Amino acid sequence: MRTSSEIGYNSKVEGDLVVTRLDAALNWFRKNSVWPMPMGLACCAIELMAAGASRYDISRFGAEVMRFSPRQSDVMIVSGTVTYKMARVVKRVYDQMTEPKWVIAMGACASTGGMYRSYSVLQGVDRILPVNVYVAGCPPRPEALLDALIKLQEQVIAKEPVIATLKVA
Amino acid sequence: MATALELANRLRERFASLVSGPVEFRGELTLRVADAERMAEVCAFAKTELGFDYLVDITSVDNYGDDPRFTLIYHLYGYGHHCYARLKTDVSEEKGELPTVSGVWQTANWHEREIYDMMGLRFRGHPDLRRILMWEGYPHNPLRKDFPLSGKPTDVPELAFTQAAPLVGGPFVTVAGGKDTIEREPRGRLPENEPVETKGAPELRQVTEDRHDHSSGRGAVDQNQ
Amino acid sequence: MTTAPGAARSIKTNSMAEVRDIEITDSAAKAAESMQASARANPSADELADFPGERMILNMGPSHPSTHGVLRIVLELDGEMITKAMPEVGYLHRGDEKIAENMTYSQFVPYTDRLDYLAPLANNVAYALAVEKLLGIDKQLPPRCQFIRVICAELARISSHLLGVGCYAMDLGALTVFLHTFTEREKIHNLCESLSGARFTTSYTRIGGLSRDLPPGWIEQCRKFCEEVLTNIDETETFLNRNRIFVDRTQGVGVISRADAIDFGLTGPNLRGSGIDHDLRKAQPYLVYDQLEFDVPAGTAGDSYDRYLVRMEEMRQSVRLVRQCLDKLPGGPVNIADGKIALPPKDRVLTRMEELIHHFLNVTQGVNAPPGEIYFGHENPKGELGFYIFSKGGGTPYRLKIRSPSFVNLSILPRLLPGHMVSDVVAILGSFDFVMGECDR
Repeated sequence: MRTSSEIGYNSKVEGDLVVTRLDAALNWFRKNSVWPMPMGLACCAIELMAAGASRYDISRFGAEVMRFSPRQSDVMIVSGTVTYKMARVVKRVYDQMTEPKWVIAMGACASTGGMYRSYSVLQGVDRILPVNVYVAGCPPRPEALLDALIKLQEQVIAKEPVIATLKVA
Repeated sequence: MATALELANRLRERFASLVSGPVEFRGELTLRVADAERMAEVCAFAKTELGFDYLVDITSVDNYGDDPRFTLIYHLYGYGHHCYARLKTDVSEEKGELPTVSGVWQTANWHEREIYDMMGLRFRGHPDLRRILMWEGYPHNPLRKDFPLSGKPTDVPELAFTQAAPLVGGPFVTVAGGKDTIEREPRGRLPENEPVETKGAPELRQVTEDRHDHSSGRGAVDQNQ
Repeated sequence: MTTAPGAARSIKTNSMAEVRDIEITDSAAKAAESMQASARANPSADELADFPGERMILNMGPSHPSTHGVLRIVLELDGEMITKAMPEVGYLHRGDEKIAENMTYSQFVPYTDRLDYLAPLANNVAYALAVEKLLGIDKQLPPRCQFIRVICAELARISSHLLGVGCYAMDLGALTVFLHTFTEREKIHNLCESLSGARFTTSYTRIGGLSRDLPPGWIEQCRKFCEEVLTNIDETETFLNRNRIFVDRTQGVGVISRADAIDFGLTGPNLRGSGIDHDLRKAQPYLVYDQLEFDVPAGTAGDSYDRYLVRMEEMRQSVRLVRQCLDKLPGGPVNIADGKIALPPKDRVLTRMEELIHHFLNVTQGVNAPPGEIYFGHENPKGELGFYIFSKGGGTPYRLKIRSPSFVNLSILPRLLPGHMVSDVVAILGSFDFVMGECDR
């Protein structure tokens, strides 16, 4: 048991120890391991798979764990055209995700309906979900998706205090 | 090895009054079957006697403004003789149904379901006639010519809306059967201003309102759901 | 193509490679056993009446890692055994056919990319050939254009089969194969990018030709790729062909008989895996396939393992075709000379009146097609992609129907799945190699 009136970092005494706020630490953990829930619907899903493959390694950003379970994932990457028939499924899956959760709308079809302006296509997934990052392209290059992930990470780190989202009984 | 012309002629000889043709265009032969009710019989003969064991496709065309309104086109192929054949038949709008050929080729099952979904034609004797591409309970038939490309508002269960696709000026649409290429040129037309069809009585498309509120910015319309 | 029961199974291709015998015993016995299991699991009506126990309905939903896109299958289970399977498609129905009625022929080319989005170049070639058949100019394409289109179609075939095999292996648990095949696909993406500007969804062909000629250095890059991909195919086969787990999971699983395959309209590797060696490139030759030498592999037992082997061998044959085309590639223009169909060269458009008018009419009103109807079927990696165009004249089709191979291939699932166990569903779906963009259009 050591009591010390010294506050701050003294490397001789404390060694490799960093003092910070709990919120910042938790957000830093979250930022570097956003586990995506790939809602891979159409052609953008192939670029999503390419981003996860070995050339454009999404694992560098901690996001290679593409769990298809919504309960275990943080960000839903909606990649591909969302039709009305699929929209209720996307909404249901999104509702099952646990807080905190984010959404990346990848590609033109997910952002705005893309070039399919027809009777069965939802004109943008932001009509049913709150979207954090939109990625343009048809399909966007994997590097664009990685850029979106970095932008999402900046949003995560700037999030409000995380204590509020921990529902303590 | 029979040629396509020989097989087509044999088919015509067998059903003398029913089948007319064959008409040739770009190396393909088309036969017309006068009565859609006997289509299954003609197809069964084609499969068993003429060796057309592979049904490639069944297509439906909406001749809006003509009577009979719908044309069904069957593409046949045989693995033994490598020949194609095309059978066409007409169905009027009042009748709206014809017998199924899924007893002859099992692949017709899904093709006919798609025609039922997209055009609204019923197939008598089909084992499982329900919608395949749109959801159960969708009230319209999208491929008909009087259905606009941007769609009509309907209800999706549990999601509360489908809207007509919004765009200032509408999506690029053509006028079905317009009298010359200038009229058929696809351009952005507002639905309430443009006629659906220039032959026969033109009718204006129904006005579809855009109920979506653009002021909510980023985010969902139904965030409370 | 026949083997004695119980003996080694082989895929015979009388080609450059020697006959490869893969000695796995009891293959025929396994196939017979699974047929019997399927017969047992479909009891007759009076047997059903006094059948004890409950059936459970399991939804293999549209968002699923192994359904290769948005396919939903509602399974009725008796324990682990499937008794009924009802696939539901349409979750990616985007209305392509109705859009086609409202676009000129050239404007529709990007939509064809997104049909079979694993092999977009093949779809582009198929659509361009269909419209050219309607116009009657398909025999008048310049030879350079035809050879380049064959190269594109075969590269697309290699790309699609690489992804098909990679994802199939990943679904069955072999994750390394996925990463290996994707590395090769990245090389194809590099080739596509230097060819057309986009990694995939290239929109490369135009009516009457191609959008642009091959860039300098592309041919050497392509040859180098052919060498490397053969090594990679051999490596993948080393991983999977004699892998105990892979073989046990795929042999005897999902057996499709010859009669069923024809009756349900299967095409492509699924048909050839059941023993019918029908290939549209040989039966109805288009482009310059009749001048090129290649073989068509066909399986024997019609199970998932055979379909996988057919795909691997097709990749080798595609490499052979690409090499022949690169050797024989002639010079000359890539677009047909008729200014009313293909856009005239820009310097003439800017200086001469007639070409200016042609350019203007082509872009605004579209190619002036004659009234009539055609059907053109193309040998896509997934099967026979067919375009039926019904034209009443002018630049837009009155009706364009896309005969999609994946749509028809999936229709056999209610017949095929009962009698298998739940974990076999993944093996069967992967062996079918369908893509929902094409199925739902």
